[in-house]
Parts: sequence; structure tokens; C-alpha cells
Amino acid sequence: MAFIKQFGAYLPSRIVSNYEMGAKVGCDADWIVNVSGIEQRRFADKETVVDLATRAAQDCLARANVEATELGMILLASSSSERRFPGPAVMVANKLGLHSVPCLDIPMASAGSLFGMVLASKLASVYGKILVIGAEKMSSVILREPMERGVAILFGDGAGACLITPDDGPARIVDSVIESDGAFSEDLRLPFELPLEMNGRTVILQASRKIPRAIESILTKNGRKAKEIEVFLMHQANQNLILRVAQALGVAEEKFYSNIRRYGNTSSASMLIAAAEWWQSVGFKPGLPVCFATFGAGFNWGALLAEGVA
Amino acid sequence: MDRRARILEIIRQVSKPGANPEADESLFESGLLDSFALPDLVTALEASFGIKIPDSDLNPRKFDSIERIEGYLENHT
Repeated sequence: MAFIKQFGAYLPSRIVSNYEMGAKVGCDADWIVNVSGIEQRRFADKETVVDLATRAAQDCLARANVEATELGMILLASSSSERRFPGPAVMVANKLGLHSVPCLDIPMASAGSLFGMVLASKLASVYGKILVIGAEKMSSVILREPMERGVAILFGDGAGACLITPDDGPARIVDSVIESDGAFSEDLRLPFELPLEMNGRTVILQASRKIPRAIESILTKNGRKAKEIEVFLMHQANQNLILRVAQALGVAEEKFYSNIRRYGNTSSASMLIAAAEWWQSVGFKPGLPVCFATFGAGFNWGALLAEGVA
Repeated sequence: MDRRARILEIIRQVSKPGANPEADESLFESGLLDSFALPDLVTALEASFGIKIPDSDLNPRKFDSIERIEGYLENHT
């Protein structure tokens, strides 16, 4: 058994409006809102993925009142880290003052933080408190030339974190499902030093099928119905996709926490940033289920069911 | 109603009521279908023709025109 102890987040301070982004890529600000629901995003200028991740980690640990020295493992999901190796996980550990805690990088776009939470829930009984971080500096990727307008407008920078423990927390992790399929790996990819390439039609088509199916499978397995879920905390890819998933599940769009309007798609950070904001405004309530879900390049996707405890 | 007429009816349901694309006209390039109408099209095809389209077949190119949809359905119904 594993528990969610706390979430944390960090967003860089610079706000990039649709007007600024539209001028950069040559499109209308209103068009960006219509196709994505995004009104602004944050860009980190000098901060690195490690910097963003460290700030989110510190925020999470402070809110949990847990010292970094209590951690038994760090898992860090990022698809935009600055170099091949070493990955950012061990650098974050170093900044936290940890010099023997095992660190694992998950170089996975968008779905990485959920995969990290699932792995942490399975490993917590062995390693103790595990800090899962999702951190992305997508601005370093989408601004590569030649810029693709339909891609560049979507992404932003940020980091989220989640502390998983084996023994206590306000929510119990009930169950999870993660899946991968490489058949469409060329439809969403980031080659070294080149711009991000995305076949949006394939991505949306696959995501609009796979996300609801993963959610339904985990709910059915655990005797829950979608309408019973207190909130869905989903990867913030596109507001229109969130709406499609809500419709497929037969629940109101308002059941899906959304902050994509303010931050854009922060890839593997987005779900944890959303969770941190939701936690600070609402939070888990005893007996009420919360469902996490992601989908990303690979394709990799999954869902996690948690339930508030007394 | 024949297969082509049913396909056209579904396209109209998920795009524009008066849409009348040529059989070989790209539904994407013509602007009739966008990324978010495509899942609706696939779901409606499944319901109308009583088939289950596997994820491995969810390639937009297979549903890019009336002719291509017809071709897919001929091989799967």
C-alpha cells in the first residue's frame, strides 16, 4: 500500500501571452485560444530543468513538513532535460543535499509523472518516502527553428512534485494502470537538436480513445463509476481534449481540473502542477475518489485511482 | 441507404450539415474535419456499421476521404 502525502509546484515568473507568442510564430492570439484553450504560458529564461525541478521539490517537501534527508528515492520525469547524461534527477538530489539516495530519470514526455507515481507506489514499501517530480523547459524545445506554429503555441515551462509514502498521507493509492505502444512513435517525437514533431490528428485520435479507456478500466476494476469521482487530474494537453475525455466518460467538463489556460501544456509537469493547485484549493476528502490520467509520446498512457482517508 | 450515403451522413453529423465533399476529396484539407472531429467520425462509423475499429487502425489517413473510409469498411465489415 502507498499514500499520497503532498504535492508541490513551481512556475517560472515570466508570463508569455498569446499576443507575444502569436507575434513570434505568426498567428492570431484568438486562434490560439480557439484551438487549445491556452491564453498564456510561463517561460523560464535562465532557469534549467534542474532549477525548476528543485523548486517544485522544495515546495512539496516544505508543504509536507518532510526533510529531504527522509527521502528514500527520487524519480524525475522530463522530456526536455538539457543533456543526455547524467539526467536531472541526481542533480536535483545534489541540490537537496542528498548524496546517496537512489535517483531515477524517466525521460518520458507528458505521461512521465504518472508513470513515476505508479512506480513510486510500487517501490515505496522498499525505499520509503519517494519524491516524484515532473519538470519541463519546453521553451527550449519549441523555439528551435524551424518553428512549427501549431506546436509552438501549445507548450510552457514548469515543474510539479508529489511525495509518495508507504505508511501515511491524506490519500491512499487504490490502483493504477500504465500502458505503452510504440506503433505510433513517429507521430510525436523530439529528435536531438531538432524541433518537436507532432502529427496532431493521430495524437488526438489515439489520446481521445486511450485515456477514457484507461480511466474506465481502473474504475470498473475497483467498482467505481466516473460520476462518483470527486475530480479528474489529467495531463493538461489541450482543453478540447479534456472536454472530449469528459464527454466520453459521461461527466461534466468541470469535473476535470484545468489550468491549461494559464500555463499551456507543460508536458510531464502538467498533471502534478494541476494536482498541487487543486490540493491547495480543495484537497482530498475522506472516502472520495480522485482519478489521475495522462497520455504522451510513445505512446505511453495510464490512470491512477486514489481515495481520501480519514 | 447505401454505404456511401451513410458515410456522407456521418460526415455531415460531425462537421457541417450541408457538407457535400467529393468522394476523393481530403476531409482534412477541405477543412471539413479537424483533429477533434476525427474521433467523433470514427466513433460514429463504429456505431453505424457495427464494427470496432482497433487502435492500430486509428490512422487519420484511413479516414481522410469518403473513398478511403469506404475502402476501410469494405475490408472490415
